[in-house]
Amino acid sequence: MPAELSGWVEPTLEENLARAGFGRRDFMKYCGELAAIFAVGVPTFANASQANAASMTAEVIAEKLGSATKPVVVWLQLQECTGCMESALRSGGTTIEEAVLGLLSVNYNELVMQAAGEAANKALEEANASEHVLVVNGSVPTRDGGIYCTIGGESAETILRKSAEKATAILAVGACAVWGSVQASNPNPTGAVGVDAIITDKPVVNVAGCPPIGEVITATIAYVLTHGELPKLDAEGRPLFAYDQRIHDSCPRRAHFDAGQYVRSFDDEGARNGWCLYEVGCKGPSTFSACPIIKWNLGTNWPIGAGHPCIGCTEKYFYDRFTPFYQTLPDVGGFGVESTAEKVGWGLVGAVAAGVAVHAGVTAVRHAASRRAAEGSEPLQAFGDSERVWLPNPKRVTEPTDAAASGTAISNDESGKAE
Amino acid sequence: MATRTVIDPLTRIEGHLRIELESEAGRISKAWSETTQFRGIEQIVTGRDPRDAWAFVQRICGVCTTVHAIASVSAVENAIGSNPPEQARLIRDIVLGSQEVQDHVIHFYHLHALDWVNVPSAAKADPAKAVELAKAIGSTWKGNTLERFTEVRDTVQGVLDSGQLSIFTGGYWDHPDYRLPAEANLMAVAHYLDALEFQRSMIRIGTVFGGKNPHPNFLVGGMACTIDPNRSESINQVQTDQIQQWIDESVDFVRSCYLPDALAILSFYPDYFDVGASTPNFFAVGMSGATFAGNPNESRTTSAHTAVKPGVIMNMDLTRVQPFDPAKITEWVSSAWYEYSGGDIGLTPDKGETTVKYTGPKPPFTWLGDNDEYTWCKAPRYDGKPMQVGPLARVLLAYAQGHARTKELVDGAIAKYKITAAQLNSTAGRTLARCVECVTSVELLAEEVWPKFLANIKAGDIDVFDSSKWDPSSWPAGRASGYAFVEVARGNLSHWVSIENGKVAHYQAVVPTTWLAGGRDAAGTQGPYEESLAGNGKHPLADPKQPLEPLRTIHSFDPCMSCAVHVLDPDGETLEVVNS
Repeated sequence: MPAELSGWVEPTLEENLARAGFGRRDFMKYCGELAAIFAVGVPTFANASQANAASMTAEVIAEKLGSATKPVVVWLQLQECTGCMESALRSGGTTIEEAVLGLLSVNYNELVMQAAGEAANKALEEANASEHVLVVNGSVPTRDGGIYCTIGGESAETILRKSAEKATAILAVGACAVWGSVQASNPNPTGAVGVDAIITDKPVVNVAGCPPIGEVITATIAYVLTHGELPKLDAEGRPLFAYDQRIHDSCPRRAHFDAGQYVRSFDDEGARNGWCLYEVGCKGPSTFSACPIIKWNLGTNWPIGAGHPCIGCTEKYFYDRFTPFYQTLPDVGGFGVESTAEKVGWGLVGAVAAGVAVHAGVTAVRHAASRRAAEGSEPLQAFGDSERVWLPNPKRVTEPTDAAASGTAISNDESGKAE
Repeated sequence: MATRTVIDPLTRIEGHLRIELESEAGRISKAWSETTQFRGIEQIVTGRDPRDAWAFVQRICGVCTTVHAIASVSAVENAIGSNPPEQARLIRDIVLGSQEVQDHVIHFYHLHALDWVNVPSAAKADPAKAVELAKAIGSTWKGNTLERFTEVRDTVQGVLDSGQLSIFTGGYWDHPDYRLPAEANLMAVAHYLDALEFQRSMIRIGTVFGGKNPHPNFLVGGMACTIDPNRSESINQVQTDQIQQWIDESVDFVRSCYLPDALAILSFYPDYFDVGASTPNFFAVGMSGATFAGNPNESRTTSAHTAVKPGVIMNMDLTRVQPFDPAKITEWVSSAWYEYSGGDIGLTPDKGETTVKYTGPKPPFTWLGDNDEYTWCKAPRYDGKPMQVGPLARVLLAYAQGHARTKELVDGAIAKYKITAAQLNSTAGRTLARCVECVTSVELLAEEVWPKFLANIKAGDIDVFDSSKWDPSSWPAGRASGYAFVEVARGNLSHWVSIENGKVAHYQAVVPTTWLAGGRDAAGTQGPYEESLAGNGKHPLADPKQPLEPLRTIHSFDPCMSCAVHVLDPDGETLEVVNS
């Protein structure tokens, strides 16, 4: 039987759950699942001698989560498609997780709240007046005075700034909130930027993906409540617990890559046997996400598992940098190519190895710095040079491939400085 | 003295919609439908590889996820002459069907129900009586138990006691027009929670084939997911068994929970069959899921209810279904923040222009309705007339063409509520039609599309990809154009593409919510949302501070604003912005 949003009557979560009929055992089961998700980041934590994630056992999570109080959440939807809310709604599957949604008092979210218009705006104002957790879906269109997205007659930028003022934690959820996504792609008609281009005086957690996995969205919130601080982030501001692994390294088809067994057409023997999709354009070597580990929709499947190349949707500017989607990444050789693939992968995402050491206090300024650092490597110049290119694309062959992306990054930085 | 009311944000929809109203003595006299978000995705897709286009345009909307991708790959296939194998087309039908069913369920319970259902009232209910009520309305849903209803009642009480109302904060719970008895409210709240669980399960069907949801992956020429009953890395008996189970669950939920709930809730609001009448003109290219790569009168690519043909109903005349002619579609920008080079005229989609000319106030602003231009949404017209698209249009089309199951369900409702077919053009009628359609859609999926897919596998048909047109060198020389029509959850969707030198030279989408949410045209004729609120001067609005009644009417259309606004700029012109 599905559970419901747990009523918050008792002082702590665990007591409320007990009241709602969930025993200690159910609670520990949920915490165990959270621990499994957090444990994705274990090797990196260990290597970096950071907080030892291995100690983040179900018991520790239970202790912290069980004593949490019910924070107010403002969940904005700016310039976007609502796919991230849909993904969040689809998170979970165990009855206890439904109950844990009662952890929060989501006082403002346009998709699900009953009130509209004036009453909704009042709910937002009241929530903004006190400390709260801010979750943002959607980008901020900065061109032409904010006319491309208004809510209640105010620009998306104004709404974001007001809601960020007293926010204790800011989560930018989805590619739009992280960097602008499809509408920020060349030629970016509305000047769309991500949250950390506007909010530069506070750390912003970037829950990347178009959309992110539902479980990653909810686990990021749970992480903040459990630890009382933001998760450890990579150089792009993404939580390590879900973004420290390259898809290429966690991919169950990796052995086929190493063995030189590639899908060359979507109906060939390789396709039917689950061979590597590298030659038909897979961006797994340049994409950091826990898709192969957590999978999608209650573990049902994931894009590569369904025979389609990864399009790299957790990486910034992927609509410009990783297209054409079916074009092969630069040839990284056949056998024993881990080191080369490693270099290409890191280079393509514009991150550096040192990035994993960046701690939770990372700010937009640091993001900008690492973006600039990455620009020097120009790895994407090689992107269009592969012999395996099927479709000449003048825009990408005749110009520096990441010109548009770099341009956007620079303008992001400038708007940050204008603060 | 008219009272002015602004509903912005209009919540429990996809995207950003602002409704401005004038009312006198509790009745709405004027209405403006204002779309306040613009992204320009079609401009962004121009110049790209047409095989990539689906991934861009799918992001037009995450609620209508999959539908834009399917329309896009179908349009591109039409342009380049690719023929996806039958099994690939059936997979798309299965994904489309399951998407539509979960979309209608989410709309009814999570976006629309709180217009009719008073959540705090559920705490006062007697769970035992709620079980009796559920039985009395013919709901055989497995969740109708004393234990479950007691648990949900206690949960609601707990939320109220905590003083932290979460998503129920600021709700219009004291509005006098909430009419359900406490037990009905309790049952509905329990089903609201059950429906959340249901949608999580149902969307997994699409995940098997597309790898994720929202925004699963598609492929020009077919599907990337291979089928092979004797290989573990292809879709085999393991996955088909799972899907069978999810389809069975879906049929059960729609028949035993959604249908009786919708019928019962509407029976408390029968006067809403006289509220919210909009333009009496309708069109559709078939029942939901109908997909055509190319002219709907010539080519059908799906198996969805093939007996029901494309058609147009004018002036609610169900005795005369007129043929559908795509050439009669035009889009107007009279009330929108764009300008046409030829002045204030209607343009067909293949000649569409989008040059931004913003004449509205700089934000923050308080009122837009005094301006001639007030929205980012164009105003489509068919043969010069505003049209309703969506579940009601399709149900009327199927009804007029004698589709047996539709007739059975609609005639049953007509008898139950003692209404005429003409009264289906109303707030309650649109909500009813969506539920009727959900029943026929889930039955089509379970009884025809899915069994056909399985039978084909048994017969050895496992081909899902036409590789012959994958390489651009195989595409027609010069300019190749194509289009596709798809009947999706919110109505008729069409994508139009032209390809030159292996790149997208022109892209246009004509989207259901654009038909419905658009504003006035050059003749001053209101768009369907506006007409439904201010068409006859009788729409109620008891308390402008708590605009519950107009929310009911707008929600009955199931707005999807991100879909509604799109821009095409075939020549790559820069946007011009004129601030007033």
